[in-house]
Amino acid sequence: MAYSDKVIDHYQHPRNVGSFGTSKDVAARRDIGVGIVGAPECGDVMQLQLRISDEGVIEDAKFKCFGCGSAIASSSLATEWIKGRTIDEALTIRNTQIVEELSLPPVKIHCSVLAEDSIRSAIADFQKKNGLAAAKAETDAAAH
Amino acid sequence: MALKLPIYMDNAATTRTDPRVVEAMLPYFTEKFGNAASRNHVFGWDAEDGVETAREQAAALVGASSKEIIWTSGSTESNNLAIKGAARMYAKGPEGTKNRGHIITCVIEHKAVLDPCKRLEREGFDVTWISPPADGVVTRQMIADAIRPDTILVSIMWVNNEIGTINEVPEIGKLCHEKGIIFHTDATQWVGKMPTDVERDCIDLMSWSSHKIYGPKGVGALYVRRRNPRVRLEAIIDGGGHERGMRSGTLNVTGVVGFGKACELCREGMDADRERLYSLKQKLERELLSRLEVVQVNGHADRRVPHIANISFGYVEGESLLMGIKDIACSSGSACTSASLEPSYVLKNLGIGDELAHSSLRLSIGRWTTEAEIDYAIQAIEKSVQHLRTLSPLWDLFKEGIDVSKIEWQSH
Repeated sequence: MAYSDKVIDHYQHPRNVGSFGTSKDVAARRDIGVGIVGAPECGDVMQLQLRISDEGVIEDAKFKCFGCGSAIASSSLATEWIKGRTIDEALTIRNTQIVEELSLPPVKIHCSVLAEDSIRSAIADFQKKNGLAAAKAETDAAAH
Repeated sequence: MALKLPIYMDNAATTRTDPRVVEAMLPYFTEKFGNAASRNHVFGWDAEDGVETAREQAAALVGASSKEIIWTSGSTESNNLAIKGAARMYAKGPEGTKNRGHIITCVIEHKAVLDPCKRLEREGFDVTWISPPADGVVTRQMIADAIRPDTILVSIMWVNNEIGTINEVPEIGKLCHEKGIIFHTDATQWVGKMPTDVERDCIDLMSWSSHKIYGPKGVGALYVRRRNPRVRLEAIIDGGGHERGMRSGTLNVTGVVGFGKACELCREGMDADRERLYSLKQKLERELLSRLEVVQVNGHADRRVPHIANISFGYVEGESLLMGIKDIACSSGSACTSASLEPSYVLKNLGIGDELAHSSLRLSIGRWTTEAEIDYAIQAIEKSVQHLRTLSPLWDLFKEGIDVSKIEWQSH
């Protein structure tokens, strides 16, 4: 399979790799939303952690990814796109934009879907921890 | 000698044709280009001479008589002819009926054995699918336990193509002979690399392929026993009655000549090649096991051929690992299924966890593999696994002491 230059670049130099602590640490922190999507038996697991201000701005984002090069690139790109954005802005990101930016072939579209899901899942976690209502229709659309 | 990239470590998929083989083939393209079945002129006789010399060379490699060698297009066709041809010939009932006979095979055979057996199931034969334990070895006892009064055919590969494990083939052959059952073995990863003697090893039908042993693609052989017992096959390709009626069609003369030469070269260099490959493979496995945590060499500890290493790297996904070692040509699972995102059915059937099956590499070495290439591969794989583990959320969970298999994942 031929990878696009952008996928190769993200694979070799992934942006914002890491986490804000162990799974236990971040579970206890109310300023951090954690999204873990995918499953090992499907060959990809994405973990996205967002540090979000009281005003709802994503101040920092960290990812880890078990998956193919396209999955790694999709999650790396997602962190670049959402840093500094508000929650509402981040929720407008669509997997199709990721597909386009990385020139993903049809068999790799699920990687971009997973990246979109991880954003929604991390934001939902933050909202749940802080007793905030989930941003209505946007999150419903994520259930597929 | 300077290291030339990329490095080829996929010799179980196919091999580079030996230049001596190419040289032997060349006259048969432009000078001795006749049809081996043409009986009336020197062009035909020359081609036939080339084919018959090759038949002697192939027979000599496996301890057979040249009359017992049938040329085919490769192991897939040999397996089809052996399995369908024997089942239909020795069927206990006519087409369209049930209970036409019992066949024994194994779930980690190559697709070229599994699929013909599945077709025979639909044609009224009964198939027992043996599931070997995690070490992958099919033993005599497993076959003995599966044999029934109506068993007509046992088909067990000599060496598994993905993990390189060696099944108890002479023992299974002996058992089948005692019971009067036809025994077929797909010996594609065995013949040419390991000493073979169809008499001593009690083989009735045996498939192998030219392109796995430094010969050209598109040609293979089926050994068909002629004495004690004489094995008969129903042809699957009709038309002209070539190859004693078992496989019609004009012979691929250039391919056959090359295959014969490849067999001869394997016979001459086998012992030296085997020792050299064994020590290279040992180094590869030993170094990776000592440099990295959570690494597993798949298959039986000792009963493995010297040219195939199948290694799983925990918490790393296979495709991304291949991307990280792009200068090393190897496969993740079987080459025939690597277009799909599924993990290897062989590793799955052996009960190797998904997180390990997803991250397995099959590195298969050959006649031209050098120690410098092995050293390069060790370093490249180590570096790539380390890089991917810094990215892997599963690796973090493992390091925190959390059992990844116990987590409820939201599959999609």
